[in-house]
Amino acid sequence: MLAWLFVSPADRRLLGTNRFRGPTPWVIAIMSFSIMLIAATGLALASTAGSLSRAIETRYALEVPNGGQNLDALVASLKSVSGVSSVDPVPESEMRRTLERWLGPEADSADLPVPALVNFDARPGTDFAAVQRHVEAIAPGARISAHQDRVAPLLRSMHALQWLAFGLVVLLGAAAAAAVVLAARGALDTHRFTIEVMHGIGATDLQLTHMFQRKIALDALVGSVAGAAAGGIVLLLLASGASFAGELSGGATLSIVDLLVLLALPFLLTALATWVGRIAVLAALRETL
Amino acid sequence: MKLLYLAQRPTRGRIRLFGEELSEAPREALPPFRRRIGVVFQDFRLIRHLSAFDNIALPLRVAGATEEELEGPVREMLAWVGLADRASARPPTLSGGEQQRVAIARAVINRPDLLVADEPTGNVDAEMAKRLLHLFTALNRLGTTVVVATHDVGLINATPGAEIIRLDNGGLADPTGMLRNPPPRRR
Repeated sequence: MLAWLFVSPADRRLLGTNRFRGPTPWVIAIMSFSIMLIAATGLALASTAGSLSRAIETRYALEVPNGGQNLDALVASLKSVSGVSSVDPVPESEMRRTLERWLGPEADSADLPVPALVNFDARPGTDFAAVQRHVEAIAPGARISAHQDRVAPLLRSMHALQWLAFGLVVLLGAAAAAAVVLAARGALDTHRFTIEVMHGIGATDLQLTHMFQRKIALDALVGSVAGAAAGGIVLLLLASGASFAGELSGGATLSIVDLLVLLALPFLLTALATWVGRIAVLAALRETL
Repeated sequence: MKLLYLAQRPTRGRIRLFGEELSEAPREALPPFRRRIGVVFQDFRLIRHLSAFDNIALPLRVAGATEEELEGPVREMLAWVGLADRASARPPTLSGGEQQRVAIARAVINRPDLLVADEPTGNVDAEMAKRLLHLFTALNRLGTTVVVATHDVGLINATPGAEIIRLDNGGLADPTGMLRNPPPRRR
């Protein structure tokens, strides 16, 4: 099936020896570089969204508008409900620090009523009606909300960005394929005379296509591996380098499967370019006699 | 000539070659027939970036011969056309006559069933023209049909047994065969 990759030196001489001098490897390298970065971003987003979603899927917040006079009783009551665990009251000082962002020094004023916040985990199947009853008995007007509901818009945005990244990867792949089609047509024009002679002495379309397919495959392989390597270096620098990158990538990690997907990308791009090149050459040859 | 070596399809009429009707044969069916035809083009049509050796070896490579299989015949053919010492020379470095000899060697290396030659003696000296004629005659005796397009009256006279068709303005000058040389009965 891959015999066309291992042709004799004589067959290689038919298309001349100016390999890697055309624009094709460079165009594919740029596409591969961009695909690598965008795909890594998309995969990191998916990974982050996944871990965030998993981390908060059982997490709830209890908000007590009138402050935490009965906070200890509330925490004890919550802990007594079956299915509830990890009950963590947010310290008032932390609440005031949060409010400081909006209110400035006024947030420290003793006259300011600061609501109390208690975070807790609840296993799936927990009787929330019972939780609500326990809470109402101690702090009427307290509200329970799921973290997942609050973070939903952020998760939706992350998923949208993830799909955007996927779409961009597909578009860049299509652009690389289009570049290969143009390069294949250019190569056919350059070697039109050789093709005519070869056809004249009985070469089949497949024999001629294999010559071009091999050249396209090698150009695409060199370009996509070089582009992916450059992309990999940039990703490594971002992951381990400057502090701002640390901020950006905080929590955004790539799993082994993600890394394998990224490693496979240049080879997938090579396979796509080779296939598209083959189709383009065969189609062009069919227009001749 | 182009119709004969299957480089064009007829706009009218029919082409029957090797016992097959090829006027409307699908293009995928043509390569095996083309491999049975050797063509000597007037403009040689040698691939410029290939050596004389590689140009002559092309039909054998297309037919699937290995390097070991084709080495001997190509060397022999190079020697026969007097270019043994120019095996690695590329066409632009060869003279017109040398290029023509490479083109002839390429056309006959595969022992074709049909040899089509367009002005094969146009660029060679008298001695080489004579050798070519001997080659064509020898190939013909071995079963190859040789079709030569030429303005060389000497070549025509040197092949007394050949059927001659005179063309005038792209048409047969003697559609009835009356002017064929040698005519069955000359008036």
